[in-house]
Amino acid sequence: MDKRQNDLKGWLYLLPAMLFLGFFMVYPLVDVFVYSFEEGYNSASQTFFGVGLYNYAYVLHDPYFLQALKNTFILVVITVPLSTIIALLISVGLNSITPLKKLYQTVYFLPYVTNTLAVGLVFMILFKKTAYTDGLANLVLAWFGRGPVDFIDGPYWAKMFVLCFYTIWVVMPFKVLILTSALASVNQDYYNAAKVDGTSPFRIFRKITLPMISPMIFYLVITGFIGAFKAYSDAVALFGTNLNAAEMNTIVGYVYDMLYGDSGGYPSYASAAAILLFAVVFTITLVNLSISKKNVHY
Amino acid sequence: MNNDFDRIGRASRARRAAVRAVTYALLTFWALMVLFPYYWMLLTSVKSYSAYNGEYVPAFFTLAPTFQNYVSAFSEVPLARYFLNSLIFTVVTTGLMMAVIIPAAFAFARLEFRGKNLVFSLFLALMMIPNELVIITNYQTITGWGLRNSFPGLILPSVTSVFYIYLLRENFAQIPDELYSAAKVDGTTDFKYLTRVMMPICKPTIITIVILKVIECWNSYVWPRLVTDDPAYFLVSNGIQEIRENGFGRENIPAMMAAVVVISVPLIALFLAFRNKVMSGVSRGGIKG
Repeated sequence: MDKRQNDLKGWLYLLPAMLFLGFFMVYPLVDVFVYSFEEGYNSASQTFFGVGLYNYAYVLHDPYFLQALKNTFILVVITVPLSTIIALLISVGLNSITPLKKLYQTVYFLPYVTNTLAVGLVFMILFKKTAYTDGLANLVLAWFGRGPVDFIDGPYWAKMFVLCFYTIWVVMPFKVLILTSALASVNQDYYNAAKVDGTSPFRIFRKITLPMISPMIFYLVITGFIGAFKAYSDAVALFGTNLNAAEMNTIVGYVYDMLYGDSGGYPSYASAAAILLFAVVFTITLVNLSISKKNVHY
Repeated sequence: MNNDFDRIGRASRARRAAVRAVTYALLTFWALMVLFPYYWMLLTSVKSYSAYNGEYVPAFFTLAPTFQNYVSAFSEVPLARYFLNSLIFTVVTTGLMMAVIIPAAFAFARLEFRGKNLVFSLFLALMMIPNELVIITNYQTITGWGLRNSFPGLILPSVTSVFYIYLLRENFAQIPDELYSAAKVDGTTDFKYLTRVMMPICKPTIITIVILKVIECWNSYVWPRLVTDDPAYFLVSNGIQEIRENGFGRENIPAMMAAVVVISVPLIALFLAFRNKVMSGVSRGGIKG
């Protein structure tokens, strides 16, 4: 067949994908940088005053952004290590049993297929204290003789606790799934050899299991960091759409609030904030990669 | 001597049994943590409004279940409309995406043309771009085209997924070249080869991708929230947020829980029906978490 005809055919098959990606990914990717440098951009008239770094300066001095930054960092620092460790414990347990293993796996996976907004509402009700009831979380606290706390409209640490708790609950299925299959694929010969030598179970775990699954743990840490930095809908599910008023906004929430809603209409600020977020995530991923070079055994 | 053997054997058996008991206890504890919110939402959804509000200390069961809340969920708020919108959005988006990515994956895996490797590398680079970075301009684009509060506005930016093109291409590429040559000798066209040979062989991967996309569409919240403010176009996620903030009056929590149950059931049913497909698909291509 004619070579040029072949070229044409290849591009024809690619055309729909190229169109969609061009309009909704490549162009926006360039445009977001353009927006972020346009000062005083007006959505209605599509005009702007000048070009410079003002949008970044504005965002970095905005108390709402600083609050969002703080919230996001706390969320990341707490949930990423905790969820990874709990998932590791659960996966090791899961891998050591045979009866009921499938049932447990199915149950653990459920949060992955449930609407975050919907279950978030259930969590809100479990933790909320109203005039009619202290809620279930406070009932449990009362068993231990602790006073009622409003976890949804109350003190900052209580709200952060619920957010972290819910985030861990939501991300657990993915981590358990990945770690369980990683553990199952470790070559049994290593364990048999260790058994012959009479190695203690803890030593086996530290010297064989951990190094063998370290690439997967590392993968989960990276995706965990990225996911936690982009947290948003979990917070909305718990505290409602007005996250600034609840002091519970996240960086992504700040971006959307700048774009749309009562505080919206500022795509330039939104772009600057989104690029700052991307820069943070990118930097942390690079740091993670360089640490892993030293500690991960492939 | 024999006694010593017995004693050591018994001790090690006892230790193993203890470890096993602790393991099961921990696993069961986490399983309860996972299941409890589901139990609570089901339980609350069958409590009557007055019974729920009368409980200062929440009750862990109810002796007088009612389905009134489910009736309210469909009659007092447009839950059926949210449901239908989500269904349309999910089916059309997933269908369109498959129509776009299958030819693209085929071109990358099977066809030879100039610039293929370059474009493929660019596609791979695009996989690293987070949605948050492009959503701002997409919002402006869709608003500019006057597509806010419309299905095209909801669907168009949600169609493409570079990752699924990549996943499918890897699968297509595993099909031996001999099949292609044989088909060529028989005079089969490329399109026919794709639909009659490659797609049936790669059916498991295609099903996996469809399921993952359906989950993603059913749960999508951010983009629909940006481009719709007319409740007639709300999807279930936005609907539930709307119900929470404006529907039923703020106190009717049992009715809210009924709505939550209704929108959670389809995906849970899908998962239980395709358990292995969903789990293997997510471990190969899941990006959440």
